Amino acid sequence: MEIFLLLFFILVLAIFLGLELISKIPSTLHTPLMSGANAISGITLVGALSLDTGSNIQMVLAFCAITFASINVFGGYLVTNRMLRMFRKK
Amino acid sequence: MIDLDFQIIQQLGYIFSAMLFIYGLKMLSKEDTAARGNLVSSTGMFLAVLVTIVEIINPLLVISAIVLGGLIGSIFALKVKMTSIPEMVALFNGFGGLSSFFLAWSEFNNLTTTSLMMLITYTTVIIGGVTFSGSVIAFLKLSEMFKGGNNFLNKASRWFLIFSLIFIAIAGLQIVASSLGIISFNFEIIQQVFIAILIISILTGLAFVVPIGGGDMPVVISLLNSLSGIAAASAGILLTNTALIVAGCLVGASGLVLTLIMAKSMNRTLYNIFFVGYESSGTSSAEIDGEIKPISAEDAYLVVESARSALIVPGYGMAVAQAQHVVKELGDLLEENGCEVSFGIHPVAGRMPGHMNVLLAEANVPYDNLLEPKDINPKMDTVDIAIVIGANDVVNPSATEEPSSPIYGMPILEVHRAKTVMVLKRSMASGFAGVQNPLFFKENARMLFGDAKESISKLVAEFKD
Repeated sequence: MEIFLLLFFILVLAIFLGLELISKIPSTLHTPLMSGANAISGITLVGALSLDTGSNIQMVLAFCAITFASINVFGGYLVTNRMLRMFRKK
Repeated sequence: MIDLDFQIIQQLGYIFSAMLFIYGLKMLSKEDTAARGNLVSSTGMFLAVLVTIVEIINPLLVISAIVLGGLIGSIFALKVKMTSIPEMVALFNGFGGLSSFFLAWSEFNNLTTTSLMMLITYTTVIIGGVTFSGSVIAFLKLSEMFKGGNNFLNKASRWFLIFSLIFIAIAGLQIVASSLGIISFNFEIIQQVFIAILIISILTGLAFVVPIGGGDMPVVISLLNSLSGIAAASAGILLTNTALIVAGCLVGASGLVLTLIMAKSMNRTLYNIFFVGYESSGTSSAEIDGEIKPISAEDAYLVVESARSALIVPGYGMAVAQAQHVVKELGDLLEENGCEVSFGIHPVAGRMPGHMNVLLAEANVPYDNLLEPKDINPKMDTVDIAIVIGANDVVNPSATEEPSSPIYGMPILEVHRAKTVMVLKRSMASGFAGVQNPLFFKENARMLFGDAKESISKLVAEFKD
């Protein structure tokens, strides 16, 4: 039970940190921020790597979880990079 | 002993990757450092994956799934047209949610009794499932494969939302009650309820997004972005994995910030956007005086040619017509002609936050030439000509002039105060808000009908003659 409270504590702190971090973003960067954040949400990959693959169904579920998370990670970072390289100053 | 040591290295790795994510996001929110910020954040991801490698149980499965996903993602990312970025981001949000959904589903099979774990599993499945199916609908709406708007479907969707909330509440209570010993713990029943939850979470996402109009998509995408992060964080609690919790929360928070910015830019509450919609939030009955004054490309050229200062206001119409490159060309020609050119960008112009900025960046327009309403509105009286390209609601003067209008109070680009306004439009159809736009009937307004790209190409050709 204590471990959950600790995890919940981390969760709350991370949310507040995120709100502070992003609050002053110029609108030019809204789209890259979103796709960059999207790539970060592919962090589920890390969780999916260590999933049990004992039964057939668990094998399928783990495979799907890893595949979709990888799409997010690779696609998200690459497209964000592609966009940001286009931004330039006068 | 070796195992323990590696666990410590792994935890330290997660802490360091969390730092990289945080620092990367911070850099991503400034123009000069944004590209490097993305790199820093991807390094964090690489590190987090690297220190997890020892936990892999089935390397063949893992590698093939990563290669497959990586390939699909990379192809998407490198091939997608800049005008289709909103669709792609919507779809990717969904994939993030789906991954958490599968993850929690798989973990459910390992659960035996702990009720708190089960509640967290439910939460992850529900948020992940809603994110996935909601994103698919958003994707279909953005790519105009599904229009929605069917009244029966909208009503049914809202009723279903209520039903699913009740079902989820009962399922949650069942877990709590059985863990307190009030009812006996029957794993078979819980398994059946779980399958129902899987299905209901997917249907809830559909029911949530189906009734929301296309014009509200910037808010919807932002919210789904936030949810995909929260799903990952919830999965992190389930797996007691701090990397998932921190990264997921950062995404959840950034999506939430964008959601609120978008809602504020439309002067609407989230409740109004998600559960009421424009149609039923009041109708405007005011008569519009004045008449439409169409203008030919030749005459438009004369007006534009004599202007000393111009403001270009792009909207979704520019994206649809893929006109960003000719728009940039027109801007350059105007500048050569001694005219001062800037771009007025409304936060919700287009279909996702910052959509116009990306398109103009693709066409090589420097970002310091893009002005937000609060910067350009005070100077609007000195603008000789405002050229509105496929934007409608974001330049609707009803927002400042007519208290009975549903969009009253929304911050707009006040182009009607410029000396002349030229509006490029395909037809007289109203915008997504379904509100008539008095701008088109104003004394100083001229309408240039036709496809935005063709109209501007004509103007550009006139300049070159």
